[in-house]
Amino acid sequence: MANLSVNIAGVQFDNPIIAASGTIGFGHEYGELYPLSVFGGISCKGTTLKERPGNPPPRIAETPMGMLNAVGLQNPGVEHFIHTELPWLKKQNTVVIANAAGSTEEDYCKIVEILSDTDVDMIELNISCPNVKEGGAQFGTSPESVAKITAAVRKYCTKPLIIKLSPNVADIAAVAKAAEFSGADAVSLINTLTGMRIDINTRRPIIKNITGGMSGPAVFPVAVRMVWQVKKAVKIPVIGLGGITTWQDAVEMIMAGADAIQIGTVLFTDPYAPIKIAEGLHGYLDSHEIDSVTQLTGTVEV
Amino acid sequence: MPGKTLRRPISVCDVEGDEIRIVFEIRGEGTAILAASEVGSTINIIAPLGNGFEIDQSKKTIFIGGGIGVPPMLYSARTAGENSVVINGFRDKSAVILTEDFQKIGCRVIETTDNGSYGIHGFVTDPLKEVIADADMICACGPTPMLRNIAKAAKEHHIPCFVSLEQRMACGVGACLGCAVGIRKEDGGLRYKHVCKDGPVFNAEEVDW
Ligand SMILES: Cc1cc2nc3c(=O)[nH]c(=O)nc-3n(C[C@H](O)[C@H](O)[C@H](O)COP(=O)(O)OP(=O)(O)OC[C@H]3O[C@@H](n4cnc5c(N)ncnc54)[C@H](O)[C@@H]3O)c2cc1C
Ligand SMILES: Cc1cc2nc3c(=O)[nH]c(=O)nc-3n(C[C@H](O)[C@H](O)[C@H](O)COP(=O)(O)O)c2cc1C
Ligand code: FES
Repeated sequence: MANLSVNIAGVQFDNPIIAASGTIGFGHEYGELYPLSVFGGISCKGTTLKERPGNPPPRIAETPMGMLNAVGLQNPGVEHFIHTELPWLKKQNTVVIANAAGSTEEDYCKIVEILSDTDVDMIELNISCPNVKEGGAQFGTSPESVAKITAAVRKYCTKPLIIKLSPNVADIAAVAKAAEFSGADAVSLINTLTGMRIDINTRRPIIKNITGGMSGPAVFPVAVRMVWQVKKAVKIPVIGLGGITTWQDAVEMIMAGADAIQIGTVLFTDPYAPIKIAEGLHGYLDSHEIDSVTQLTGTVEV
Repeated sequence: MPGKTLRRPISVCDVEGDEIRIVFEIRGEGTAILAASEVGSTINIIAPLGNGFEIDQSKKTIFIGGGIGVPPMLYSARTAGENSVVINGFRDKSAVILTEDFQKIGCRVIETTDNGSYGIHGFVTDPLKEVIADADMICACGPTPMLRNIAKAAKEHHIPCFVSLEQRMACGVGACLGCAVGIRKEDGGLRYKHVCKDGPVFNAEEVDW
């Protein structure tokens, strides 16, 4: 059987399939269905310095082949994460990635400093959450702001640092280059695309926050395009995500340039997707006589 | 749900042996797809999820269902037995469902329609006024304005009241934090619980109406 293991910024993953932040919480719920080691890694729910209550409901709207969410970074705070969630997660035989968010540069530096002092395997910096007013997303919107926050955080970060990129930008390659230049060890993309839906009977937005982040199969082609552009622009590993639903999508994303992938929304459609995607990847690699999934990365011929 | 990204939350209406019964209304595309399933075909479900009403047969319980909130009450009402009172409210005569199933329980069953085309003319809260005084507990499921009014009446009479709430869902298991419901903390502050995992049944006292 082909080798599915990958190495991202010095961290070894048994397979390239990572659970996307915000879609699996801290693993307990899906961990009741199967061992979390079916994932090469888990990116935990976006965590902030202090507990955040999140946005008022409704937070979810379905869209054609996708969904909007405006959860608003509801989370119990970094101390709770470290003391209550992390010890259990570390026993699950999967790479544990902390997803860190904040409202100010100081917040980001502080939380990264705190997380650097723990057993988390990697830190993913969420500078692209579209659902909180004063925070997150504005750091991810231009190459300059991404360079600034990455450089600031880098000083406090002793763990491998993944910068999670927003697709809501004019030139994704320039943003990725800025992250690489300023010290990122890897980039992950894409976070959600800002969207909106209206209930035509009440004339009100379905989501209380008005806008929400779009994810799911509908965003997949956008994600593939962006991963391809970023792979050409940077040398650091690229983690591709956005709408991956089947093993065929996973192969496509890897061919576009992903060294590893994340899956999120598909877990809601089919909780067993990670197992099916891993089986499909094995089957594809074996039938094409490819020894290792790493040989597939960026093999699109243009 | 073929062709859809999200699953649809549907309550268990009844359980018999190894069979579960669901009763649902066609509201949009997803429930239309579900309704078009052929007899004998397979559908993919995750169940059971969340909590339910805690029934105590020694208590006189009033079960109140509004519209498509009626089916989720059947199993609980039967478990509670003859001592309970059921009040089911519907839009009009064409929307009335499960009358016989509830009558088979042997308890008192009151039915209302908003326009008076069947049963009592009015809302479920009208007959509730007459039976609320000697109840020990209220369990209810239905549209939010109805639940809010029931919660208010229960509070006035100092009767414990439990409500089954609806919210738009994604994961259905407590991982995505999508299906939030506002809960009043003792200090007056607000926090969110989740309908799929902490609910759908909540103590009406703690809900931020
Ligand atoms: C805990 C719970 C139990 C329920 N039990 C029943 C039941 O036993 N019988 C029944 O007929 N209905 C029940 N509902 C309501 C049912 O889930 C919705 O009518 C259904 O999801 C509508 O889907 P649709 O595709 O037909 O409509 P659409 O409007 O096309 O759906 C679009 C999206 O909105 C969501 N949505 C729309 N209305 C609701 C709603 N009222 N609550 C939650 N999500 C909604 C859908 O799930 C979907 O994601 C329940 C809802 C909840 C939360
Ligand atoms: C309900 C929900 C919550 C999310 N929360 C976070 C979060 O806390 N931090 C983050 O970086 N991304 C978050 N995301 C974005 C996902 O991690 C991912 O980037 C996006 O959904 C695209 O991938 P997908 O189409 O496979 O879901 C969230 C997505 C969803 C659907
Ligand atoms: S639907 Fe995901 S937490 Fe309830």
